[in-house]
Parts: sequence; structure tokens; C-alpha cells
Amino acid sequence: MKRGGFLVTCAALAAAVAAGEIPLSERKSGYEYMSRGTRAMQDDDTTNPATLSLLDGETLWSRKIGARSCADCHGEAQSSMKGVAARYPAIDAKGRLQDLEQRINECRVERQKAPALAFESRDLLALTALVGRQSRGLPIDIKVDDKTRGPLAAGREMFHRRQGQLNLSCAQCHDERPGIKLAGNTIPQAHPTGYPIYRLEWQGMGSLQRRLRNCFIGVRAEPYAYGSKEFAELELYLMWRARGMKLETPAVRP
Amino acid sequence: MTTRRQFLILTCGALSGAAHAQLPPDIGAKRKAAALEALRKVTGGAEMRTGKVKLEIPPLIDNGNAVPLTVTVDSPMTEKDHVKAIHVLTERNPQPNVVAVHIGPRAGRANVTTRVRLADTQTVTAIAQMSDGSFWADRIEVVVTLSACLEDGLI
Amino acid sequence: MARTVVNMPAEARRGEIIEIKTLTGHTMETGFRHTERGEPIPRDIITQFVCTYNGTEIFRAELFPAISANPLITFTTVATESGTLEFRWTGDKGFTASHSAKLTVA
Repeated sequence: MKRGGFLVTCAALAAAVAAGEIPLSERKSGYEYMSRGTRAMQDDDTTNPATLSLLDGETLWSRKIGARSCADCHGEAQSSMKGVAARYPAIDAKGRLQDLEQRINECRVERQKAPALAFESRDLLALTALVGRQSRGLPIDIKVDDKTRGPLAAGREMFHRRQGQLNLSCAQCHDERPGIKLAGNTIPQAHPTGYPIYRLEWQGMGSLQRRLRNCFIGVRAEPYAYGSKEFAELELYLMWRARGMKLETPAVRP
Repeated sequence: MTTRRQFLILTCGALSGAAHAQLPPDIGAKRKAAALEALRKVTGGAEMRTGKVKLEIPPLIDNGNAVPLTVTVDSPMTEKDHVKAIHVLTERNPQPNVVAVHIGPRAGRANVTTRVRLADTQTVTAIAQMSDGSFWADRIEVVVTLSACLEDGLI
Repeated sequence: MARTVVNMPAEARRGEIIEIKTLTGHTMETGFRHTERGEPIPRDIITQFVCTYNGTEIFRAELFPAISANPLITFTTVATESGTLEFRWTGDKGFTASHSAKLTVA
């Protein structure tokens, strides 16, 4: 990136910190906007419907597929995957920005020599939920550095860009108006603190990208494709915006 | 849940490109009649007394797709005096019956918890059938909201 | 077989009332939905859930489309003697799922 653009981006991010960003002490998880009954659903592992997906994940983790199982390299997910989800999306050694789903698929294709799992497939959600679960209670840890600076700026720009027929930006609802009602529901600050989630509306598990697609449809904008660069950048920005908040994976949301 | 959206499509007069099944204009009356019929099937026309039954549903619901519901019936659950069955009915869902639970003295407590779908703001009724043939009921009015930013973009 | 989760104590005192929480993976397709082209999606639900304790039925539930996806059913039973609790879910399209749990009663 050219030095001039670099400086401008730095300034933009610095400005973001100064204005419009929600300070850590005021960041609220979607959990806090839910009714007591829905919170209870998330709190109790024995009744959380996402538990079914976690169990699927455990089975898949030890299943040998292609050359090897996840366990063959990583051992117990409980120890090896601790803290991983809190650092994603991340930039790999080849300089690619990947979210957790893409990273899992990279392992499957390149190390397990098995076909990639389709986005939103039961198996990919189960594995992502299992990996995410191992970071439950840990603070989200996304840093601004030479590698993330560019994608973060792109994600931030999208968050603030008006889109769709309703011509709304994410920021207008989620930075400026959290706590206010929209169609009977309370607008949350939109921090991805528990993905993949069990969304009551879907009556099933889904990834952050699925939820983002719902947002795009909500403002009547054409949603980006699963696995797109734009979504990865937006995910990175959202996780950075939520940095310091504790993960609740797998969460329950309305 | 699509049924609620079908209801909303009609009331808002919105027309999507798809050919959703049209709901009859007297759908409310039809469902209420079905609810009464289901009630009659449960009680056989016997009187439903108020008391003993406690139906617990959150008064304001995040999403009508998965509403926590608990029914507790005050009963010693002995051979001589126990709850034989618990029925839950709605008046605005496409179908009135929600669940029918059959228990006996082995239960220890007449108590069941589940998660139900509620298509609309409405009254939910829980009926307990006792070993002596009597029926007791509790009713709760709930408000059901629809989530924002859905997948099929009807709102 | 569908994923089932049963949560109950492994041990209990004789006469103690224990709580049993069950979860099953199932979409519980209501039969009231339609595809985008207006075609009805057929009903596909769990219709019955039975729990037996050393062979005796202690709980039975008839489920209707109004029960949410991935049904949760929580109920109680008196710990009478050591043995096995069997859980069985049956439904449309020949659906069956089962789970077994041992209870030690002192």
C-alpha cells in the first residue's frame, strides 16, 4: 500500500476511535438485549439447542476423513483450539484474510486431503461451533497491524456506507441507534460475540455471514456471496469493533 | 415463521412475486372455532375450573419460533389423586393443539417444560385432566413480535 | 439416527424426584409452510415421545407441529429403584430415535 494511502488510513482509523466507536465499557452483547427466557436458553448447556451442533462437531473432530482426522494433528479440541476463535478472522502465512470457516476448509483440503465443506452446511457449522466453543469466556483479540490495517479499513468503510433500497448503513442502526426498537425488536450494537449461533428465527445454526446476509436483505441490498472478500473484511471489522468483549459461542439469538 | 408472515402479507396487502397459498378472509374465526373444537375433544364438554394449573410463558416474546413454556399442576400425585394428562392449546396457530402429556403418580410432580411455536399474539391455554375426571385450566395472553432483518426479506 | 441429549442425574435417593431434560435434533416441519413457488412443504414432525423406567411407561407426550424445532422436553420422575430409563422418539416418515440412561438408586 502506498505510503500516502497508509497515512490516510491510519488517520481514518484514529478518527474512528475518536468518534462513533463504542468504547469497551459501553459495549453490550446481543445477549443483553434478549428476553430472560432466551437468555436462559443460552445459559443452560443441557437445553441450549446449539448443544446438538456441538455434539456433531465432536464426532466430526475425531472422524478420519481423507488423510487424517482433526484430532490426529490437533489432539483434544479443548486444549488445542483454546483462544483460536477469539483471533479470527486472521491473515494466514500466504497473506489471505480468512474467517474461521475458511480456515477449517483450508485444513480439510490441504491437510486432510478431503473436499471442502459447503458454507452453512451442518458439518461446517458443527466444526466451527466446536472450535468457537473453546474460546467461550475469552476476550475477542483482533489487532491493528500492517497486515490487518487494509482489510480493517475496507470493513469499516462498508460498515459506514449507506446501502440498499432503504439506503441505510450498518452504523446508522448499530452505532447510532442501539436500544431503539425496529419492527418490535430491539436494535443491538451488533457485536459477533457468539457465532455460529442458534438463531430462533432460523430454527437452526448459522454463521455470521448468514446473519450479515439477513442484514443486507433487511436494507434491501444485494448480499455478498458466502466466502467473499467483502464479507471477510466486514467480519474482521466487526470483530475488531467488539475487541475485548467475551465470546459466548455458541450463542442463542432471536 | 412463515405462517405469521403469510398473515402479515394479507394484512399489509403486500404482494410478493410468489404464489403463497391465500388464507381465507375469515381465518381468525375459523381458527377460533378449531380451538374450541379441540378444547371440546379434550374435556368432552366437561366444565374447566380455574386453579391448580400454572402456565408459565414469558409475556413478551423475542421470537415466536421457540417460546419456553412450562406447565405445573398443584397435585399430590398419589394413586388416589394425580394428574393424568396435561394439554396445551392455542387459539391463533394454524392448528390448536400444541402438546398432550400423559403422566401418573410415577411423575412425582405434575410438571413439563418445552418450547413452542406461537404464530401470533394470542391466548394460550393449559388444561390438566385429573384422576377424578375433573378438568382445571390456566390461560395466558402473550405478545409475539417478529424478528427484524429476515432471510426472505418480507419486512 | 438423530442427535439426542438426555440430562439427568446418574444417582438418586429412593423416593427422590429427579428432573430429566431431553433434546432431539429435528426440524419439526409444520406442514403449513410453502416453497417460494407456492407448493406446500409436507409435514415432518416427531409425533410421540415416550420414557420407560425398567420397562414401565412413566411419561408420554404427543407432539404437534406447534412444538419448536429441536424439541426440548423436560419432566420429572420418582427414583424408585436402580435401573435403566429408555427414551424413544417416533414421528413422520418412519422417524425413530432412542436413548438409554442408567440410574443408580440408593
